[in-house]
Amino acid sequence: MALATRIVAPKTAKKGDVVEIKTLINHVMETGFRRDNMGRAVPRDIITKMRCTYAGEEVFAMDMFTGIAANPFVVFTTVATETGTLVFEWTDMKGEVTRAEATLTVT
Amino acid sequence: MKDRTRFRPISRRTAIAGGLALAVLPAATQTVLADADDLAAAMTEALGRDYKLNEGRVKVRVPELAENGNVVPLRIQVESPMTSADHVKTIFVFSEKNPIANVARFHLGPRAGQARVQTNIRLAATQHITVVARMSGGELWSTTAKVIVTQGACIDDT
Amino acid sequence: MLLLAPCAAASAQDRGIPAEDIKSGKAFVSRETQEQQDDLTDNPGMLWVERGGELWKEPAGPEGKSCASCHGAPESMKGVAPRYPLVDEKLGRLVNLETRIQACVAQHQQALVPPYESQELLALTSLVAHQSRGLPMSVKIDGSAAPFFAQGDKLFHEKQGHLDLSCAQCHVENWGKRLRTETLSQGYANGFPAYRLEWQTLGSSHRRLRACFQGVRAEPFAAGSPEFIALELYLAWRGQGLAIETPAVRR
Repeated sequence: MALATRIVAPKTAKKGDVVEIKTLINHVMETGFRRDNMGRAVPRDIITKMRCTYAGEEVFAMDMFTGIAANPFVVFTTVATETGTLVFEWTDMKGEVTRAEATLTVT
Repeated sequence: MKDRTRFRPISRRTAIAGGLALAVLPAATQTVLADADDLAAAMTEALGRDYKLNEGRVKVRVPELAENGNVVPLRIQVESPMTSADHVKTIFVFSEKNPIANVARFHLGPRAGQARVQTNIRLAATQHITVVARMSGGELWSTTAKVIVTQGACIDDT
Repeated sequence: MLLLAPCAAASAQDRGIPAEDIKSGKAFVSRETQEQQDDLTDNPGMLWVERGGELWKEPAGPEGKSCASCHGAPESMKGVAPRYPLVDEKLGRLVNLETRIQACVAQHQQALVPPYESQELLALTSLVAHQSRGLPMSVKIDGSAAPFFAQGDKLFHEKQGHLDLSCAQCHVENWGKRLRTETLSQGYANGFPAYRLEWQTLGSSHRRLRACFQGVRAEPFAAGSPEFIALELYLAWRGQGLAIETPAVRR
């Protein structure tokens, strides 16, 4: 199921630059510890993994647990090595994957 | 004639749901807190049985007083040349009081350029967070930060 | 019945707070939260603004018209939000941004109207309001707006709920003081739709008003109700001159 995502990353960079990438995905990150007004536990539903590949190679990954706030916001850096596509993948507990892409042109 | 607009009591259903707030915390805000054993177990499981922490190199920026425990901005930076020979492999974030002590694990490498990450975490109560960086050579560097988390003033059941 | 709170008898033109003390809700949140709001790359509300940008271009209805078909780029909406709520003469009622967008979808696209508080309506409302970020609020309260303004004024000043409190008692008489650990704001809505940390998501001003009503244990009006839109007009007048901050980040 496609979730709304937001990637903030430069479109161009000089080779060797360290670029900052900000990512955001719309997800409730339900902990499983909340109870509704009738006392029933609201079932856990979280994103467990996020990874970023750059021209096919993994450059960043993150394991998320229930302590990550809703609408997970993650900032990381990567070295601009070559022109290529940054592919972002978020995987939830059920194994469903959401993907987003950004292109980085390196001069 | 009674002026109905002066006193408009909440419906019975809302009263039952929210009325408990007078005596105890409303259901939506009840928190499950962990204890020291959970944190120790989580750290052993993540870092190995005989892990040894070195103080330093890890800088953490987190508010002293959280605006709201639901969303606490966390910035981490680890001093490291981030070369193939010497870089940060993993950054662990542990919570002292959350029901689950593991909060996040960041997997980095020489391609990161810097060991700098940011995210928003949830904190169930006033507590310390522990951030551990595992280097490529195996050494562990860590720091802790205390965050005060308070309860909101009004119930929000919307 | 004649023993209504003295505030109700105060001049409608008196906002109750000196002009130099008027402060946005932004002044009452922490520095970190303010930074989160100001940096649009960190601001979680921008997810909805971007989603709104996508919806803006999507064709809908039997003629496949999108918002863009009539309005061009979203930037054309600059200057719109500060004037809302207003009386739409054609519709013959007071509308806020949300209900105006709903009416547009119904009449001009003949498409399914996104319900109040739905992700679609939040996205579109955020997109439109965001185009006016930084512009001062400036609503009309005379002429056809006068009766709605009077209704909002009355709602703002009447005591209600189990706690028997009026909006004015907290937000005019006691702003800046503590309610447990929180500091009371002056109760404007210049940043909505806003990302509220308590909700862990973006929500409308009516959702926030509903939470306020629950806070004093009064039965809230429905989101999108004429009562809330009238109250919204009154709040917009109280906050006139404050900049639109959509999407704001609030506690």
